[in-house]
Amino acid sequence: MKYWRKPLDAAQVKPPRGEVHIVINRCKGCGFCITYCPRKVLEFSEEFNRKGYHPPVVLHPENCVNCGLCEAICPDFAIWSTPVEQPEEKKENAGGK
Amino acid sequence: MKRLDVTLGQDLRHPLEEYLRMDRIPHVWCPGCGIGTTLNAFLTAVKKSGIPRKDIAVVSGIGCSGRAAGYVKLDSFHTTHGRAIPFATGLKLANPKLTVVVFAGDGDLLAIGGNHLIHAARRNMDINIICINNFNYAMTGGQFSPTTPEKARLTTAPYGSYEHPFNVPFLVDSCGATYVARWTALHVRRLTNSILEALHHPGFSFIEVISSCPTVYARRNRLGTGLDLLKFYRDNSVIKNGANTRECDIRFQEQLIVGKFVDQEKPTYHDTMTEYLSQSVGKRYVPYQGPMQGKEEDGN
Ligand SMILES: Cc1ncc(C[n+]2csc(CCOP(=O)(O)OP(=O)(O)O)c2C)c(N)n1
Ligand code: SF4
Ligand code: SF4
Ligand code: SF4
Repeated sequence: MKYWRKPLDAAQVKPPRGEVHIVINRCKGCGFCITYCPRKVLEFSEEFNRKGYHPPVVLHPENCVNCGLCEAICPDFAIWSTPVEQPEEKKENAGGK
Repeated sequence: MKRLDVTLGQDLRHPLEEYLRMDRIPHVWCPGCGIGTTLNAFLTAVKKSGIPRKDIAVVSGIGCSGRAAGYVKLDSFHTTHGRAIPFATGLKLANPKLTVVVFAGDGDLLAIGGNHLIHAARRNMDINIICINNFNYAMTGGQFSPTTPEKARLTTAPYGSYEHPFNVPFLVDSCGATYVARWTALHVRRLTNSILEALHHPGFSFIEVISSCPTVYARRNRLGTGLDLLKFYRDNSVIKNGANTRECDIRFQEQLIVGKFVDQEKPTYHDTMTEYLSQSVGKRYVPYQGPMQGKEEDGN
């Protein structure tokens, strides 16, 4: 993510991470999720699904922040995200003042 | 590298599955139709509201929007065309503890059902209306409706509609609605919040959802796909919470005023009925609590 200035607590605050799930054959290829995902995680697939639509593919899984917008905007209940537990390695260094 | 991973998500369940009749999904709505997104927002609000499933009922009219009643795993009824509000009113009278939601189209609510709408608003009947405004009668092939903006083309307006449309928020506001909001199918978060507020609001709530209809409205007017309509909403919506509803009329492909326009407290139909009858009949008046009165039956 780009900031106009670096937040003071950037070291402590980790953006949440998410995993995207897509039910390929339920999708009707409207592109809402692909267009409005704030992190540009998704892209149209080149292949067709069973109904003849191009569902999204997860192009940049590492960018997903589990914001849930794709899930909220999908008219077909075909996509959603779940939180991903993040390893807590940095905690000791980041705790001080 | 754009390969389909067909196994992705197959074993997982959509977070709203408990509120959907999954055996009927995929639904009939066209690709890019805003009704699905609105149903998504509605069910998300129901989930967040914490209202037990058995205490909520959904009533639909006829039309593409009316199909919603068939997809929710809640008590629901698909009424005849235009009669969703009287059915919902009856439900509320018979069981005042129910949260009653009407999910219907602009044709259903404002044309054939227009009289029911104005009187339910006048009485401040405690029901919640989600009005899918796609500016036409979509299910029957695209006739113009009372909300079709002037100049928009439809099958019964091949040269463009020359009728003055309703300004819907102004109509329901002036009739007495106590919660009035308008969002588009793009404003999913705000729409969900409004529906959530409406579910908890005592009195007549009305939420107008400007909804993409790529198959009929957009095609007749050469406005592109559902996504193109959402992009139009994004570029042309102005959020004005508390706006004077008189100024919220919609002109063809011009600025769209959205927001929460009215949120006020006023005695509901049940409040005034109880108050007046208690005063005039005295102790003999026992307010009707619904069919479950006295029975502490707590199923799910
Ligand atoms: C009494 C009666 N009159 C007419 C019809 C035909 N009819 C079916 S749906 C519809 C209009 C639907 O328009 P709207 O309520 O805007 O819903 P949409 O399909 O646009 O979502 C009409 C006129 C009917 N089913 N019943
Ligand atoms: S959850 Fe948010 S960031 Fe992740 S894919 Fe969906 S819209 Fe994009
Ligand atoms: S919003 Fe839903 S239906 Fe539309 S492309 Fe994305 S997953 Fe498919
Ligand atoms: S005809 Fe229009 S309103 Fe009906 S399902 Fe298709 S896009 Fe939606």
